[in-house]
Amino acid sequence: MQRGICILSTNIAVDARNVGKIYGNGAGAVTALGDVSIAIEKGEFFTLLGPSGCGKTTLLRCIAGFETPTTGTIHLSGRDITYDPPYQRPVNTVFQSYALFPHLSVAQNVGFGLKMQGTPASDVAKAVERVLALVKLEAFADRLPQQLSGGQQQRVALARALAPEPEVLLLDEPLSALDLKLRKEMQSELKRLQTETGITFIFVTHDQEEALTMSNRIGVMSAGALLQVGTPHDIYESPVNRFVADFIGETNFLEGEVEGGQVRIGTGDLLAVDLNGETGGVTLAIRPEQVSVKAADAQLSGKITEATYLGTDTHYTIGLGDGSHLVARVQSNSVAAFGVGDTVGIAIDAKAVQVLKS
Amino acid sequence: MAKRRAFDVTTLPGFTTIAILAFVLLYAPIVTLVIYSFNGGNSVNQWGGFSLQWYAIAAQNEAVQDATARSLIIAVWASVISTTVATMAALGTTRRGKFKGQTIIYVIINQPLMVPEIVTAVSLLIFFSSVKVATGYSGLGYLILAHSAFCIPFAYLPIKARLEGMDTTMETAAADLYATPWQSFRYVTLPLLLPGVIAGAMLAFIISLDNVIITEFVKSAGQDTLPTYMLGQLRRALTPEVNAISTALLGLTVLILTLFVFVTKKWD
Repeated sequence: MQRGICILSTNIAVDARNVGKIYGNGAGAVTALGDVSIAIEKGEFFTLLGPSGCGKTTLLRCIAGFETPTTGTIHLSGRDITYDPPYQRPVNTVFQSYALFPHLSVAQNVGFGLKMQGTPASDVAKAVERVLALVKLEAFADRLPQQLSGGQQQRVALARALAPEPEVLLLDEPLSALDLKLRKEMQSELKRLQTETGITFIFVTHDQEEALTMSNRIGVMSAGALLQVGTPHDIYESPVNRFVADFIGETNFLEGEVEGGQVRIGTGDLLAVDLNGETGGVTLAIRPEQVSVKAADAQLSGKITEATYLGTDTHYTIGLGDGSHLVARVQSNSVAAFGVGDTVGIAIDAKAVQVLKS
Repeated sequence: MAKRRAFDVTTLPGFTTIAILAFVLLYAPIVTLVIYSFNGGNSVNQWGGFSLQWYAIAAQNEAVQDATARSLIIAVWASVISTTVATMAALGTTRRGKFKGQTIIYVIINQPLMVPEIVTAVSLLIFFSSVKVATGYSGLGYLILAHSAFCIPFAYLPIKARLEGMDTTMETAAADLYATPWQSFRYVTLPLLLPGVIAGAMLAFIISLDNVIITEFVKSAGQDTLPTYMLGQLRRALTPEVNAISTALLGLTVLILTLFVFVTKKWD
């Protein structure tokens, strides 16, 4: 946990306070966004993460000005922009569909924002050249968007949004249309651009791995609510609830009851874990890599029901006595290979277990 | 072997016969008209050898020259005015959410397609005659206004279709990149809409050029357009001059329609 940084108001790029968005009214009303408050710092790579329909794109569109929040306010560098039209906000968007202007060349696309702001043509040309160099597309300035590959179009969309040097860059699942290899490349490319330009990035995705690798901080959303905000480390190691733990990476859940400073799980075994002040019924969230499998007796024992070899790692699904099961991820060469039907001992790293309220 | 479909209309009995019959009925009269426009004699149904004389006669006829010029002036104005109005109407009906009375608005815009033309013609005759008395003006303005009005739906439909097919994210992106609503229209919507606007204007032009009924009722003395001039000729002596004018008009229409298809294809 490293939240000890003192946040001065001048360090806040986007400050959303109690933002809610309800579509329609009366019985047919749909709440897209509940009551979300969030402060995004200047120069930060912030990711809004959540399943589709969780409200992350609605929040992004409220910041861009494409939607007006039903309740709450949005401040940009201390200025209230809640009701400003999109063309008056120093905020640019990279759209999921890229939305490049098909009738304009790459250079004209990239220069569009500056031209609309009334920048002299010679300055626009210079800026376009500089930004195209940044995304390594100098050679394609005179092409039309449809003459480029998907990855190149993605870079043009990025260059177009960066050219006017916005205070905040919004990215709406920009990598979802790319194949895996290209996506990995663009991830590091985005990270590099963010570091080089120092612009605040707000990135929307449903891909937890993407969120973990790229972000300074992540906000996890579900059903219109912001569940947790923290560094990738915080979110992964200390999820606040079962949803977050389940959404970020693979997690085992064991139901149990607090009993004398320990937790009695369904098998009747007692586990000594850091209770974090919880009492009564609790859920233990255990990452597969924190479960080790041994030939000898250990804390728990179980029978392997499934073994999947994945190269460096092997996944074992282990049935426990009470019908529940645990998934363990072990390095393939660290232990002797077990087979389906083997009875094994299970050791759980107690310090790494998250105790959540049931 | 051609791939067989589950249902192929060409396999039905009589398909070829019906198709040929339909084409003959449609085009035989037109082909006859075109052939007799090259008649060396002065009959519209007795061949007297090949000649271009009727084209020469029509071209030198001052009444024809006069009517052609008038037809073109009216068609140009009518297509410009109706396309402008239709573009605004199309933007107004597509670039917004669903609204109350949407269907009524569509009906009102497309009214000229539904109201019998003769009714419009008579009502315009009565209305404009009072305006003429009140203002003393009796120029081409009445014909231009009348043509603009009935051309609107023809210009509106292709423009609306184009707007509905357009990705509105483009306009959102323009607004995001500091374009005011006017700039967004000028630099993004209009260029992308252009094929629809051109198609609409061409249709309006042809519809105006071809109109008889409304023109016949609205025109003042000496305001013949090409179609009403031809109608007047029929009442007197029928010569292949009418065939020549018709063929020229047909040629122009085919040319514009070809351009129309070419323009809409090329853009997409």
